[in-house]
Amino acid sequence: MALAAGIVFGLGLIVSQMVNPAKILNFLDVFGSWDPSLALVMVGAIPVAAAGYALTGRMRRPLAAPKFRLPQQTRLDRELLLGAALFGIGWGAVGYCPGPAIVSLGMGQPAAVPFVLAMLAGMGIYELVQLITRRKSISEA
Amino acid sequence: MIGLAALLLALFNGRVAGISGIIGGGLRAPPDDLGWRLAFLAGLVLAPLIYRTTVGIIGPITVTSSSAILVLGGLLVGFGTRLGNGCTSGHGVCGIARLSPRSLAATAIFMLSAAATVFVLRHVIGG
Repeated sequence: MALAAGIVFGLGLIVSQMVNPAKILNFLDVFGSWDPSLALVMVGAIPVAAAGYALTGRMRRPLAAPKFRLPQQTRLDRELLLGAALFGIGWGAVGYCPGPAIVSLGMGQPAAVPFVLAMLAGMGIYELVQLITRRKSISEA
Repeated sequence: MIGLAALLLALFNGRVAGISGIIGGGLRAPPDDLGWRLAFLAGLVLAPLIYRTTVGIIGPITVTSSSAILVLGGLLVGFGTRLGNGCTSGHGVCGIARLSPRSLAATAIFMLSAAATVFVLRHVIGG
């Protein structure tokens, strides 16, 4: 079912033109050639997703997995805010966020290749930093 | 459709459809937690093929960024989404749908910083 969800998600990104970086950049270009139509993607997706999460609240376990593992954190911390700000800079520079970048690989879009490789490297760097800081805090303790 | 995909993943797998988390979390996930991630990502990669065989040609795609910007942007997106625990799908769609205060804040911040980046690149430097 995760495969089907991925396909439906990917088709949604194609139909909504989220896979076109120029469209994304025009959506973000509030002071220039602003194209607000992508806001409709969120407006359309959020209520459907919300209905799904409302249903999960009534279920004891998922239909195909032993338990629900939805995010539980509620605290606003520095990592969240800094991470979101950095992600926004990268998104605004290119016009790809992770989902559309992966779908673009499947489209054979050449620009997606260096972007996705760099994105994986960025995620790897994060894991490394985590590893080093964790080790440091253990040795200091 | 994106909402529907999030609904399917929640009901069947009990997980949030956040792309950066599905990829990044896979970097250190135990083997029994890898299957659904790979299946979902395979679906994303297969979607264009299915679109082309059933619907037709995918609309025009324009990428204007240089290779250096593509790499720099990719690094920032990769690192930032892991540090901030989410991207457009995880925070922007699923998080807001779950009324998560963290996701509301994150979405506001990445929208602002993305718009500011476009403004600087297009109107300050490129203007």
